[in-house]
Amino acid sequence: MKAKNSTNYPDRILEMYRTMSLIRAFEEIAEEAFDAGLVNGSIHQYIGEEAIGTAVCANLKRSDYILSNHRGHGHAIAKGADPEAMMKELLGREGGTSGGKGGSMHIADFSVGMLGANGVLADGLTMGVGAAQALVLREENAIVTVFVGDGTTNRGPFYEALNWAMIYKLPILFVCENNTYASSTATQTVTAGPGPVARAEAFGMPAFDVDGNDVCAVDEIARSLVEKIRNGHGPHFLHARTYRIKGHISRDKMLYRPEGETQAHLSNEPLLKCKEWLIENGVKQEEIDNIRNMAYVQIKEALEAAKKAPFPDKKLTYKDVQDLGSPYFGESS
Amino acid sequence: MTNNKMTHASAVREGLAEEMRRDPLVWALGEDLSTAHGGTSADQYRGLIDEFGEKRIVNTPISENTIMGAAVGAAVAGTRPVADLRMADFAMCAVDELVNQAAKIRYMFGGQARVPLVVRQAIGVRKGGAAQHSQSTEAWYIHTPGLVVVAPATAADAKGLIKSAIRADDPVVYMEHKDLWMAEGEVTDDPGELVEIGKATVMKPGSDLTIVSWSKMAIHSLEAAKIIEEDNISVEVINLRSLWPWDKNLVYKSVSKTGRLLVTQEAVQVAGFGAEISADVTENLNDQLKTHVRRIGAPRTPVPYAETMENEYRVTTERIIEKVKELMS
Ligand SMILES: Cc1ncc(C[n+]2csc(CCOP(=O)(O)OP(=O)(O)O)c2C)c(N)n1
Ligand SMILES: [Mg+2]
Repeated sequence: MKAKNSTNYPDRILEMYRTMSLIRAFEEIAEEAFDAGLVNGSIHQYIGEEAIGTAVCANLKRSDYILSNHRGHGHAIAKGADPEAMMKELLGREGGTSGGKGGSMHIADFSVGMLGANGVLADGLTMGVGAAQALVLREENAIVTVFVGDGTTNRGPFYEALNWAMIYKLPILFVCENNTYASSTATQTVTAGPGPVARAEAFGMPAFDVDGNDVCAVDEIARSLVEKIRNGHGPHFLHARTYRIKGHISRDKMLYRPEGETQAHLSNEPLLKCKEWLIENGVKQEEIDNIRNMAYVQIKEALEAAKKAPFPDKKLTYKDVQDLGSPYFGESS
Repeated sequence: MTNNKMTHASAVREGLAEEMRRDPLVWALGEDLSTAHGGTSADQYRGLIDEFGEKRIVNTPISENTIMGAAVGAAVAGTRPVADLRMADFAMCAVDELVNQAAKIRYMFGGQARVPLVVRQAIGVRKGGAAQHSQSTEAWYIHTPGLVVVAPATAADAKGLIKSAIRADDPVVYMEHKDLWMAEGEVTDDPGELVEIGKATVMKPGSDLTIVSWSKMAIHSLEAAKIIEEDNISVEVINLRSLWPWDKNLVYKSVSKTGRLLVTQEAVQVAGFGAEISADVTENLNDQLKTHVRRIGAPRTPVPYAETMENEYRVTTERIIEKVKELMS
């Protein structure tokens, strides 16, 4: 998502507001679709965390790679994946980003450098290391960004990846999205030490902390880190503090969450904060609201298009397994 | 002692709770065990934290290697851990600790130590679960010397098997089916009643053909057998319950009677456990067979997401009926 005119800062932020609005609309309408029984699997929403993916990806080029996790809708939209193709994927239809093979947790769009959401925690980290090795080998001036949740920093591959990236000075930005929860567990209750920044620093990796609900702040730090990485200064770590406004998955009733906690975070949510900033910086409320409304219109259209799209032919079950020894329709059983 | 109707999730929770009451060295560890007070996957542990406290219901970080490794260490050090890895797909993160350590320690160290642990990892296609949340990997562990593998099909199995698994001195892989967690069945409240590992049950007697199955496929096979009875085909359905060791005696007895065997499984058919059963029966009962043994299972593809493809992938009651008819013709 390139700014219309990056010399004009409010315009740049307004453009990010557009992306955040698209993500928000996508997540809300995806939930409606889920509740209507249109989505085959479950969905992990990015509501409340939109500023991070949006502002980080605003500083990336199309040729840069990102690797995402189970909560990947926002990352995909921010990197430029087509929300209509994504909605088709959620509904398991033809024309979906993965042709209906993967669903919500496996959204990928290699054409925009989105190398995949992931159903297995922390695997994006180690694969990100490999993607960066590949960029070095191919002598490309591109970088890799890996998004990782707070809870996932307790898996071993997190440490293997950080260590490896550091010793080979790989062009990677690690973005830890700390929404304070890992499913139903408050991450703090199962996490030792002062937090992700200290963990990254233990490897000698430059690590920074940012208010992940402040799109301007994320934009500013992401811009400087991406520039450093592009200029050969090795991996960097960004810890973005945020809050998961919805349940772990959309049908999660959040019985584990103290009453009032979600409510208390609503005044700090990134779209609201961004809107306030835009108004303070001279953008008309009407223009802002229009952008938000247009996002809902676009995503509603995406859902309608997805509903009209046919289901993939069952024969496609046997496609894309492997070249040698692939099964064929009607085989086995 | 009475029977109560309850879900698999509740049955397995009661089984675990009874064993924890009986033996203070039984404990459980896994992600979200003490926090998940709502939702389907929470039912298995609901309320246990209140009764047993956090020394015995251990809410772990997202650290699969250490969940499994810690269970192994705690087992050799004299306790009986129940490690919950949630899904077979995530358990792959900890295959090393299970296969290289838990399964080998007794043998490798010349019988000095035992590894009395249970590792829970759910299998089966869960609607829309796709490639990384719907796999059935029982064959991986059946193939591994040192491991016991069980897979309940009914709520009574779920309870009886978790109890036996906890009491066993071997490492036991307990594979529940995600789609069965909320299925109901009659379950005894007798804390002394167990399901013996290695003993199968006849879910429905029959004389023309034997279906051997386990987990959710046993339920589908039973359904198929009932439907096909209208065509005057009498199918005997065996629910294995325990996959290693498996109840060869009961299977042999049944196949000797019917002369026909169909193995139904939800896992990928190629190199699945059905291949082992088929080969074994063919090797040992060849002269009793009226026709060659058949298998049914999933195609050798990852689990697809979209409904149309997922349905193509699934082994259904209808497909079992078709196969039975093919075998009888
Ligand atoms: C290896 C592995 N273990 C467990 C899971 C189940 N799981 C999915 S998301 C999740 C919580 C992740 O928390 P966090 O990293 O903070 O990301 P968030 O969901 O908060 O964005 C868990 C335990 C999984 N998908 N993969
Ligand atoms: Mg989190």
